[in-house]
Amino acid sequence: MRLPEEDVRPDVLAEPTSIVRPNPFSMIVGFVNKTLAIAELEVRKLRHDFSELITRAIQPALWLLLFGGVFAKTRIIPTGGLPYLDFLAPGILGQSALFASIFYGVAIIWERDLGITNRFLVSPTPRSALVLGKALSAGVRSLSQVVIVYGLALLLGVRLRWNPLALVGVVAVIVIGAALFATFSLIIACLVKTRERFMGIGQLLTMPLFFASNALYPISLMPDWLRPISRINPLSYEVDALRALMLQNGASSFGLELDVAVLLAWTVLLVLIGARLYPRVVL
Amino acid sequence: MILETQALTRTFGRLTAVNPMTISVARGEVFGLLGPNGAGKTTVIKMLITLLPPTSGRAQVAGFDIVHNAGNVRRSIGYVPQMISVDGSLTGYENLLIFAKLYDIPRSQRESRVREGLSLVGLADAARRLVHEYSGGMIRRLEIAQSTLHRPALLFLDEPTVGLDPIARDAVWKHIEHLRTEFGTTIFLTTHYMEEAERLCSRVAIMHHGKIVIDDSPERLKASMGAHETTLGDVFAHYAGDTLESGGSYRETSRGRRAARRLG
Repeated sequence: MRLPEEDVRPDVLAEPTSIVRPNPFSMIVGFVNKTLAIAELEVRKLRHDFSELITRAIQPALWLLLFGGVFAKTRIIPTGGLPYLDFLAPGILGQSALFASIFYGVAIIWERDLGITNRFLVSPTPRSALVLGKALSAGVRSLSQVVIVYGLALLLGVRLRWNPLALVGVVAVIVIGAALFATFSLIIACLVKTRERFMGIGQLLTMPLFFASNALYPISLMPDWLRPISRINPLSYEVDALRALMLQNGASSFGLELDVAVLLAWTVLLVLIGARLYPRVVL
Repeated sequence: MILETQALTRTFGRLTAVNPMTISVARGEVFGLLGPNGAGKTTVIKMLITLLPPTSGRAQVAGFDIVHNAGNVRRSIGYVPQMISVDGSLTGYENLLIFAKLYDIPRSQRESRVREGLSLVGLADAARRLVHEYSGGMIRRLEIAQSTLHRPALLFLDEPTVGLDPIARDAVWKHIEHLRTEFGTTIFLTTHYMEEAERLCSRVAIMHHGKIVIDDSPERLKASMGAHETTLGDVFAHYAGDTLESGGSYRETSRGRRAARRLG
């Protein structure tokens, strides 16, 4: 059925619902709302299928029980007076949140291959809100790791701190850390664009990030050439903050403020780079 | 004019995907861009919806420049890609709700707009089901609802019925016609199905090797051929050759097949 032009009544012609006015306040509110909408989308997905959260419990359990169990007996790692399992628990929490986030890029490539990414990029959503919303959702996902590692640590007799403020601090550090590594992963996905190449690079990056950090041993134990690397590695700062917040006798070696500042700075930098690269993933 | 291009061009390296193209679409038209696979149709759409910057030339969509005012272009248009654009692991309702938020539909209207959108495409009963349980036709209808929640002045549809069975295809056509008669939405679609162009379009442009070779109403195009009982397919064969197969990379083909499999 085709209508001649005059049949289209001008009064029902569709008009855009809103045209942006460049008002800084409404821009910030819009940015925050859209970031939360993207994060909400991912969290709703998780609500429909949370089986992945359960399978993620296995890896930290293996590290704490097997690796931790053996090294706790050797007492060769200087931990600053902490039992080795106490020293290790925050490291494994940081590591499991890293492992959960570093493959986030696979989801980005999957969405791009399906066509979903195009649809988001055509919506009036700032690119940085798309990237930050996805990063935050990775943060929310890794909160399950907190529950798992706390449960394991409790069983193993790690002396945890139950101060509510410290717990809030742990949650905040994990969310920021996971958001940071998920954004890093998104950037790699935008550069390599295929799942096969991504998996290769993902494997290549995870282990160096992990071993060049203070998760398993203090930085003082590292050879000289590795120390500067571990000092720019955000995982070191994440684990350092977690040690201070999680443990009864824990202390930060860099200072909690510096830890959080470094993590936030990395996150902002990576989100800005990710926002530049994300539209290119569809080309 | 709701859409105008001036010598819009796109090259990829040495390959010219879209030769300088000057077209215009009036409000309320259903404009069909026809062409064989690899003719450059999707590249044209991607430029117009701000996904791909043009190499040279200009275009205005809903009065806004696609390069310098991309944000307002995005607010004014809807887009249903050839591939899947809804999330299978959410319900139909959730898919629309998130987009209502992304398109700044005020909180007070969100719920009613989403409900209205779902019932317009006949999915009110399936609203709470996960989308990966939907059929191909239901997914396409949900995508149309998602793309028109914010009442765009102009809706882009890239191969809207690829991979659909005849019944689902007919339902999609009815919804497209409904959008035009009820809301006066201007529609810009690409297709390589002549039957689809014949049924829906008030104007068609035939694209071949990155060039628009002819642009007119289907009736006039058929009349221009002179013979009795001319179909749009004959017109197409006259201008684009009788082969539908000219290019399309491995990646495009595999994506198209995957989309068709998911939809079908």
